[in-house]
Amino acid sequence: MVLPFRKSLEISFQSIRIRFFRSMITTMSLVLAVSFLSFVLVGTDTANGLLQTQDPKYRQALVRAGYDLEPGATSTGSSAKERWIVILSLLVCVVGIVNAQLMAVTERFREIGTFKCLGALDSFVLRLFVLEAGMQGLAGAGVGALLGTVAALLNSLIRFGLVAWKHVYWLAVAKSIVFAVAIGCVLSLLGVLYPAIVAARMQPVEAMRVEQ
Amino acid sequence: MSNSHNIVRVSGVTKVFKLRKHNVEALRGVDLEIRAGEYLSIMGPSGSGKSTLFNMIGGLDKPSSGKVFIDEVDIAQLDAYELAWLRCRKIGYIFQTFNLIQVMTALENITLPMIFAGIHNDAAVEKGLGLLEVVGLGDRFQHKPSELSGGQQQRVAIARAMANDPAIILADEPTGNLDLTTGEEIIELLKRLSEEKGVTVISATHDFKMLSVSDRVVWIRDGRIDKVEEREQLTISVGEIAPRS
Ligand SMILES: Nc1ncnc2c1ncn2[C@@H]1O[C@H](COP(=O)(O)OP(=O)(O)O)[C@@H](O)[C@H]1O
Ligand SMILES: [Mg+2]
Repeated sequence: MVLPFRKSLEISFQSIRIRFFRSMITTMSLVLAVSFLSFVLVGTDTANGLLQTQDPKYRQALVRAGYDLEPGATSTGSSAKERWIVILSLLVCVVGIVNAQLMAVTERFREIGTFKCLGALDSFVLRLFVLEAGMQGLAGAGVGALLGTVAALLNSLIRFGLVAWKHVYWLAVAKSIVFAVAIGCVLSLLGVLYPAIVAARMQPVEAMRVEQ
Repeated sequence: MSNSHNIVRVSGVTKVFKLRKHNVEALRGVDLEIRAGEYLSIMGPSGSGKSTLFNMIGGLDKPSSGKVFIDEVDIAQLDAYELAWLRCRKIGYIFQTFNLIQVMTALENITLPMIFAGIHNDAAVEKGLGLLEVVGLGDRFQHKPSELSGGQQQRVAIARAMANDPAIILADEPTGNLDLTTGEEIIELLKRLSEEKGVTVISATHDFKMLSVSDRVVWIRDGRIDKVEEREQLTISVGEIAPRS
């Protein structure tokens, strides 16, 4: 009994494309959480760029903007409070994904049961759900990171003027984006794990169910 | 046919569904032997246990007691992989609700079990197109299930069930969601395939149209076999039954 990897990719992609609206809702909380994460990360990157100038004018502007700067510090991180809010939003996002994916599994009982009647092993079903979540994660986190980055850059432009963009360290921004996308994918996979196991364990007899 | 072997043997099978308040005895001891190549109908009123028996024979559910043998192998002894193999290669399922995978085209639905069985994609596509031709839908291979009528969907499902040349086709109320004429066409098709390919067809139904094509009919009532009739005996009783249906 085999299901080639290319074929699994094809099936998962098709599944997402056809249930586009549903996939979008599943992914929405991820988009929001990841865009918040990258907003905070990129915001810190631009602040660091300004700090590097050593110009006390920008230093004051940063403090006014709410950054806790130690005297003499040449770099800053996000504040503890900010970090907690980000972590919390990511947790809420995972719970949202688990919920949405569990509903998707319940809705797709007949499809899953039929797969099993045709000879699918538990691992095939698991793989299909994980692949779907991986693709959703990549797309959702990508869009989220883009949104968050654009918002953070615009925000710094409005606050500090063009100078913020002149001094920002673009490599750091790129790193932040990659980090946010990676976190998004991990969260998506984390969220689908339990629902995918539920789906994989579903009995083939489910396919026979006829609602009266 | 008299000297062909038993492809399915059901021995003392009972099934109890444990519900919160009480237990439902869906099967109360069923013994049945099914010969290779025959067209067998399991007949009985709604709730008599046809689907439950069907699920036991198809290895989709486990009996509470008793044994089901397929080709003299006790299917309770099979591991998950062997069961999947059995479902893929040995048995083709046909459902009342058609159960085509909605996100796949007619052709992809038919090739899926072949892919599971390890057949190369090109070979699977070729065979799939041939099977669609056989069920009279040669030009519909790119259609999604939602673009097909009920009867056409059931034809695709029959083609899918035939994909890996199974020895047994199990059909639970295959005409249950179809109108009279479409149902007749589906029955004809099943009969034709069983004759041409020599597959054993087992169908659970309360559709009397199924009687005329059956080699044998098992009447089931309240989870027990009421009587088993051969084709020759049937013509007599159908006379009694037909007016009621
Ligand atoms: N999963 C189940 N849980 C509880 N009771 C069930 C279940 N499946 C079937 N039954 C009961 O078993 C009996 C036989 O059902 P079934 O085999 O579906 O009948 P048929 O297919 O002949 O209409 C019915 O009384 C039904 O309510
Ligand atoms: Mg039934």
